[in-house]
Order: sequence, then structure tokens, then C-alpha cells
Amino acid sequence: MRKFDTKVQYLKYKVLREVARFEWNNQLLENVLNIPQIIIPGNTPSMRCCVYKERAIVGERIKLAMGGDKTNPNVIEVIGVACDECPMGGYEVTGACRGCLAHRCEDVCRRGAISFDSSHAARIDKSKCVECGQCAKVCPYSAIINHKRPCEQSCKVKAISMSDTKAAQIDNSKCISCGACVYQCPWGAIMDKSFILNAIDFIKRSDSNKKFKVYAVVAPSISSQFTPAKLGQVISGIKALGFYTVVEAALGADMVVWSEAAELAEKGFLMSSCCPAFVDYIKKMFPDLVRHISNNLSPVATIAKYIKEKDSTSKIIFIGPCTAKKMEFQTEAVRPYVDCVITFEELQALFDSKGIDLGNLEEDVLDNASYYGRIFAKSGGLSEAVAQGLKERGITDFKLKAVPCDGIEECKAALLKAKRNAPDGNFIEGMACVCGCIGGAGCLTHGEKNKREVEKYGAEALEKTIADAIRVLK
Amino acid sequence: MKVTVCIGSSCHLKGSRQVVEELQYLISESNLKDRIELSGTFCMGNCQNGVCVTVNEQLFSVQPSSAKGFFEREILARA
Repeated sequence: MRKFDTKVQYLKYKVLREVARFEWNNQLLENVLNIPQIIIPGNTPSMRCCVYKERAIVGERIKLAMGGDKTNPNVIEVIGVACDECPMGGYEVTGACRGCLAHRCEDVCRRGAISFDSSHAARIDKSKCVECGQCAKVCPYSAIINHKRPCEQSCKVKAISMSDTKAAQIDNSKCISCGACVYQCPWGAIMDKSFILNAIDFIKRSDSNKKFKVYAVVAPSISSQFTPAKLGQVISGIKALGFYTVVEAALGADMVVWSEAAELAEKGFLMSSCCPAFVDYIKKMFPDLVRHISNNLSPVATIAKYIKEKDSTSKIIFIGPCTAKKMEFQTEAVRPYVDCVITFEELQALFDSKGIDLGNLEEDVLDNASYYGRIFAKSGGLSEAVAQGLKERGITDFKLKAVPCDGIEECKAALLKAKRNAPDGNFIEGMACVCGCIGGAGCLTHGEKNKREVEKYGAEALEKTIADAIRVLK
Repeated sequence: MKVTVCIGSSCHLKGSRQVVEELQYLISESNLKDRIELSGTFCMGNCQNGVCVTVNEQLFSVQPSSAKGFFEREILARA
């Protein structure tokens, strides 16, 4: 079965795997310059104009696999040489134009930008066109299309533009590190920085968990990621890498929802704090609304804080679908609890760097959280959990009206209404990725089946209520 | 006195929640809430013998069915 959605992910994975392979053996420095040749052997290019450019790009990927540009605070970086400088001509008439009689395009254009050539086909005068897109909407043949760069198209917060060199550039003051561009760029020219070397370093320095213990906290979306391997085999794999034990971030979600339900009832209006990209978006674009963000730490930080309180020398590595968590764990509020963040893509690279074949492993177990903590991974799950939290706490005088926002565009619409003091409800669940965390950029696979897998995994939880899951943690 | 129950996956599946529930009830019944600090931890490295419970660092193996006897023997007697 296919491990990755795209060949871009596969290439990124190969680089991460090779970097990790050498790092485990303390041989990275001697070998780092050989990795491009290992990944791009021979003289026949398979992706670009020549193998030298392909190797140069691999070189840039190696830098990102090793932590990237330390002077750039953003965890998302453009690989300039990999950017194909896609055309961005805006609206253009294609060969599908049949030169019809109706001329709806001409009628709808308020700028008079449409004319017709000798064969009656439409043309757009770029000096008059303002890219409103009306002509494309009315054409019965869909003959007018919008040439927009996939990165810009994917970036709903409009942080990506074209630089002087024509390559893409990211405006850090707008970027929320969601990683949509990383997943969408067809050339793999935008990549998230990796902290796999930090993770490997913690595991090595722990001396088989004797000096300190290295905990893996895993996001609930893990249940959909490594099929056909069983989740229990994935847990065995994580332990085989050298982690002491594996804990569900979903248990942190149970803890969060328990206190968030009370906070919501007390304040009367609240925005969720679970998604770091959503929180960053509010801070950057809606500073007046920051006071409405829940005071709770995110689920990962909450469970990490609990583990650190019980085991102060422990190191905690979050494994999830999220590139924005790589930004969150470096913030002042979370830094004391979470030591490192890696994605599912990177976990796959780590497994293979050590030759761990999940299919051959015994099934271990993973069961800490309730159904409600686990369904945080899908859009709408948090709202369902908050409703349950209110019920379990016996809060009956507060009527929940949740606004689950699926993707940053829906978040923006809800925040604009909140800014005008006219929100659609009293609890805004913000998820920057469409579908929620299962749509995260660091996932190996994306799709409808992942939602079903997460629901199935939620239903398998031993604990059916939030209160039971957090009985000793309250 | 510090009583710690393992709530790692393996012990959880063997009934650590029921053990916690029972101990919370018994501690409360015996009015020992102020003197016993009951908390959870993830994995004590002794999964085969779960549910793992420590009393002041000393390790015990407890089942939901044996929780009451364990409380009387190892906690109440020392409190």
C-alpha cells in the first residue's frame, strides 16, 4: 500500500530518513555531503533539468531536515532553488473558448477588458482586467481559468507572494505555520523545519531511558496514518525507536475539555486554544479578540505538563500531524513542557532509518483517553466534547451554541462576526486545517477514510466518559 | 504518604481506573484525604504485573478486586 499522498512527500521522507540513519550512528557530519548523491544517483535527471540541480535541492532539504535557517523564526521555509516560479498570469482565456454568440463574458466585465479576435474567441486586455473573476464564472464552457500559484492559492491567510527573484516568499507577520503550502506546492519548494535530530539526540542521551525518560505523546490522528499496520504495532515501533512509553495527547484533550467547559460557562463566550495556527491567527489578525481565547494550554501541553510534574527530568516529544505545533512548542507558554515536535512523516522516516518494519512487530497497547478526547482530531469533535463536558459537570444553566470552524477560511468568517459583536454562537472551535487535525500538513495520507479511522479509534476507547478518563488527574 | 497508580495504557486496560476509583473512595471514607497524596503516572516499567501501584516508592501489584485488601494492608496500616 502507498505510504504517501505525493512524490514530493516521498522525496522529503527519503532525505529525512538518510539524515536520521547517519545520526543514529554518529556519522552525520562525515556523510552529510554524500546524501545528495545517495538520493540522486547516476546522470539522468528524473525531476529537474539536470542531476546537479536535483542534488542542490536535496542539499537544501538536508539543511531543513537538520533544523533549517536558525535566523528565521518561522518553522516554514521556502527552498528558493526548488521554486519553479510558476506563472501567475491571473485570468486567461483557454482553447476551450468556442467563440460563441452569447458573449456573457463581455457583458459581465465592468472594465471593458474583453474583446474578440478574428476567429470570435475572447481575449482579455490585461491593462484593464482587475482579476475579479466574473467572466470565468459566467462562461458556459469554463473556458476562462485563473492561473494562480498553488502556494498562494493554498495560503488562505495571504502570507505568500512573489519575491524580486520571482520565487515564493513568506510574510512571517501573516504566516500561521499551518503548512498548507508545504503540502500543496507541487514542487516541494516549501518545507517545514525538522527537529528529528533533537529527537534522536534525546533518545541517545537518555542511555536507554536510564538517565532520563523520553515520552512520546501521540496525536489521535495517528490511528489513521500507518495502515495497514495496526495501531498497536505503531506503538511497538515507537518504543523500538527508544521511547520509554507512549501517551495519548487525547488524554490532555480530556483534561482540557473538563476545564474548558467550566471556563466557557463562566465567561459566556470562548474561543478554543487547541489549534496553534488558529491561536496564532487571532493574535496576528484579530488582536482585540485575544482575550476570548481559552486560558487552557493545548491538549499536548496539558498532558506534557502533567508528565513533567510527576517526572521532572523527563523529555517529551510530541508526534502529530501538525507543522504549527513546531512553532507552538517554542513559545514561552509551552517551552517548559514540550521538548520537541515531529510529524507522522518524520516518524515514518525514523522507523525506516532504523529498519523497523511495523508489520513484523507484536501489537502493544494504547489506551489512556476517552472517546471525546480522541475525536478532537476531526473538525466538530471539540464542540461535541465540550457539550459532553458541560453535561458531565452538571452545568445546566448554560446553553452551548458551538460554531465549529472547519479550516482557516471558516475561522476567519467566524472571527469577523465576533469582531462585530455578532458571533453565530458562544463557543468558536477553530481548526486551521480543513477536516481538523486529520487534514494536517504533517500527515502521511489525507482523505475521508482517515475520519472514519479516527471515529473507530474513538469508539474503541475503554473510557466512555471524560470524567472517568481523568479520574486521578482532576 | 504518596500513593501513585500507573495509568499507562497497559495498566489502564487492566483496570487502573477502577483501582483509582476504589482507592479514592476508601481514602475519603477513612478521612485520610489530607494525609495521602493520590496521583497517576505513565508506566513504571513493570507492565506484566499491572496494575502497578507505589506507596512511598515501594512497588505493588494490585487488581481492582484486591484494591480493598491492599488499601487496608499497605495504606491504612501505615497511615
